[in-house]
Amino acid sequence: MFIDQNKFIVVAALLFFVGLCGIMLNRKNIIVILMSIELILLSVNFNFVIFSVLLDDAIGQIFALFILTVAAAESAIGLAIYVVYFRIRGTVSIEYINLLKG
Amino acid sequence: MYLFIISFPLLSFVISLCFGRYLTPKGTALISVSCIFFSLLSSLLAFYEIGFCRCPVYIRLLPWIDNELLDASWGFVFDSLSISMGVLVNCISLLVHIYSTSYMSHDPHQSRFMSYLSLFTFFMLMLISSDNFLQLFFGWEGVGLCSYLLINFWFTRLQANKSAIKAMVINRIGDFVLTLGILLIFIMFKSLDYSVVFSLLPYCFDHSFSFFGLEVNCTCLISIFLFMGAVGKSAQLGLHTWLPDAMEGPTPVSALIHAATMVTAGVFLIIRCSPLYEYSINVLFIIAFVGVLTSFFAGTVGIFQNDLKKIIAYSTCSQLGYMVFVCGLSNYDISIFHVLNHAYFKALLFLSAGSIIHSLSDEQDIRRMGGLQKMLPFTYLMVIVGSLALSGFPFLTGFYSKDIILEVTYAKYNLIGVFSYWLGCISASITAFYSFKLIYMVFLCNPNSFRKDMELISEAPYPMSLPLLILSIFSLFLGFLTKDIFIGFGSPFWNNSIFIMPVNSNILDSEFIPISIKWTPFFLSSFGCFASVLTYYLLPYFFFKLHADVKLFRSLYTFFNKKWFFDRLQNELIASFLLKIGFVFTYKFVDKGFLESFGPEGLSQLSLLLSEQVSNLQSGKINHYAFLIFVSLLMFISFHIVLPYISSYLDIQIYSLILFCIFVNK
Repeated sequence: MFIDQNKFIVVAALLFFVGLCGIMLNRKNIIVILMSIELILLSVNFNFVIFSVLLDDAIGQIFALFILTVAAAESAIGLAIYVVYFRIRGTVSIEYINLLKG
Repeated sequence: MYLFIISFPLLSFVISLCFGRYLTPKGTALISVSCIFFSLLSSLLAFYEIGFCRCPVYIRLLPWIDNELLDASWGFVFDSLSISMGVLVNCISLLVHIYSTSYMSHDPHQSRFMSYLSLFTFFMLMLISSDNFLQLFFGWEGVGLCSYLLINFWFTRLQANKSAIKAMVINRIGDFVLTLGILLIFIMFKSLDYSVVFSLLPYCFDHSFSFFGLEVNCTCLISIFLFMGAVGKSAQLGLHTWLPDAMEGPTPVSALIHAATMVTAGVFLIIRCSPLYEYSINVLFIIAFVGVLTSFFAGTVGIFQNDLKKIIAYSTCSQLGYMVFVCGLSNYDISIFHVLNHAYFKALLFLSAGSIIHSLSDEQDIRRMGGLQKMLPFTYLMVIVGSLALSGFPFLTGFYSKDIILEVTYAKYNLIGVFSYWLGCISASITAFYSFKLIYMVFLCNPNSFRKDMELISEAPYPMSLPLLILSIFSLFLGFLTKDIFIGFGSPFWNNSIFIMPVNSNILDSEFIPISIKWTPFFLSSFGCFASVLTYYLLPYFFFKLHADVKLFRSLYTFFNKKWFFDRLQNELIASFLLKIGFVFTYKFVDKGFLESFGPEGLSQLSLLLSEQVSNLQSGKINHYAFLIFVSLLMFISFHIVLPYISSYLDIQIYSLILFCIFVNK
């Protein structure tokens, strides 16, 4: 079976960049960051799946499954943190999250 | 014993400076005077051993700078030249120490004064007894330092500060050139020891050296440099302006440093380096010329001065001119003879002047003196003796050296010889003129001083008059007593310490000059005395009218009174120019510009700027951090990919330098 691997890789990379831009350019909503992270993980997953098919290696797909679970857990924890954060600060806007500054 | 000569003054200095407070002024005076006295005793003993028994002593004391390239040690050479200077220095220093115990007795800092005097004596002895040029330079700078400290002794007086700084700065010019000379000696001979340098001279006196692209004879260049050092120290024409101003210091200082000893250090240097000068005939010509011009110039200025000490200072300058020009005519032994004789009567004159100033409540202007003959008969006598000796009255000390100077000058039978002879004779008559002017104005004419000063007047106390008495005895007899030792024909006294090329020696010729030439200096001096009497006693109103009515006479008077406008020329042509360079270039461009922006100021600015930029990176925004992390990662990866291809173009030092410059320009 002939697959043009470049196209798949480009799609994965584009997904990755969309995720990254979502993190870097987003200034409003912190939930968008969580979505962007999901997007990045998706692109990684996509890569794994493509290469596992390409190389005929099941480990990639197993890994993809692992990542899906981890991503689900991560987003659950993240959302929980956001809820707690919203309760404390009354906002989830990124502009006001600057407590990282020492 | 030989080291006692050097070490006693140092001991005196240390004791007076460190323990002066606990010893009381009297105790300090006692200790320093006795230290100098012991030093004098040792030097007299040494004089006997070296001068009469002809056993010069060389002491290699300690290593100083000892690497493979340069070997300079603390060494002392006691030969006839240095010991005769040593006796002179110790003798004058002792008398001045005794004198200042009384002169400075009212001063709260007497012990400091004594310690400086002793320090000066130490440095002067170091200078004259060193066996290499480096140690000579050490002593040379040391006496310059002491001169500064002592001129500036009353440091609350602005005029004293200015004079001291002037002395220091003008001497610095000479010292700088002297340093060049010493460096050149090192380059040429690879050694700084006198013995090595002078014994190598006959083999390499015609070597040449590229100086600013000019091919010049090395020996000539060295001699010129050393001579210019001497010009600064011995106040020859051009760099003489510090000497009259140095009279701001206390009078014993003027007697010790600025008349008898330190100013003769330059002459001493020339005499010490006589082999060097004997191999560079052209330089001898320059020396003679500068010396004779100095003696004439200083004489003409001396006539028109009104400050008691400045008159004597100009006379010192004039006599230094004699010493230098007779060196330029290769008669070094006569020059040192004049140094020795001159020291006694000039110290006498200065100390008497100090006594006059002291008794007149610190009045120095001779126009406000007069009639002191009745009040200060002893000082009057002393000044008479000193002035007669100075103006070369027959059979006094000054006569023997001054007359022989003029005789050997004439016996050169060349252009510079005849020129020097006549100019020297004129200077001699000028010397007589101002000496007698001084005597008349201070002692003989009607009293012009304030009544309250005249009421308080009293003859000097014993500690002040004793040195005067001793010095006057020396001024009367020393020339006669020591003439045959020092300059007697065929006298073996100088041994090898002075070298005169046989072809240049003309002491014998001086015995065969016409008798009229021999008499000329005496007649000219007598004429000077007579002219002085004429001007100030017989025809004062005529000259007053002349000064009041004739414009030419008045401008001439101003010209001489303002010292040929030498100070003004120096200030306006050279000093202001140099100051401007110093401000615009050295200060504003180099110090405050270049060095500052690349040095402390620039570095601190740069670190501030960089740290500000780095701290700006930490904004606290998550998206910024994410961006940074991503970009850094990207750079890291791409750097590792590209590194093998560009590693040969990477030099971290160059880029950091460029980065640095960019930041500094901001």
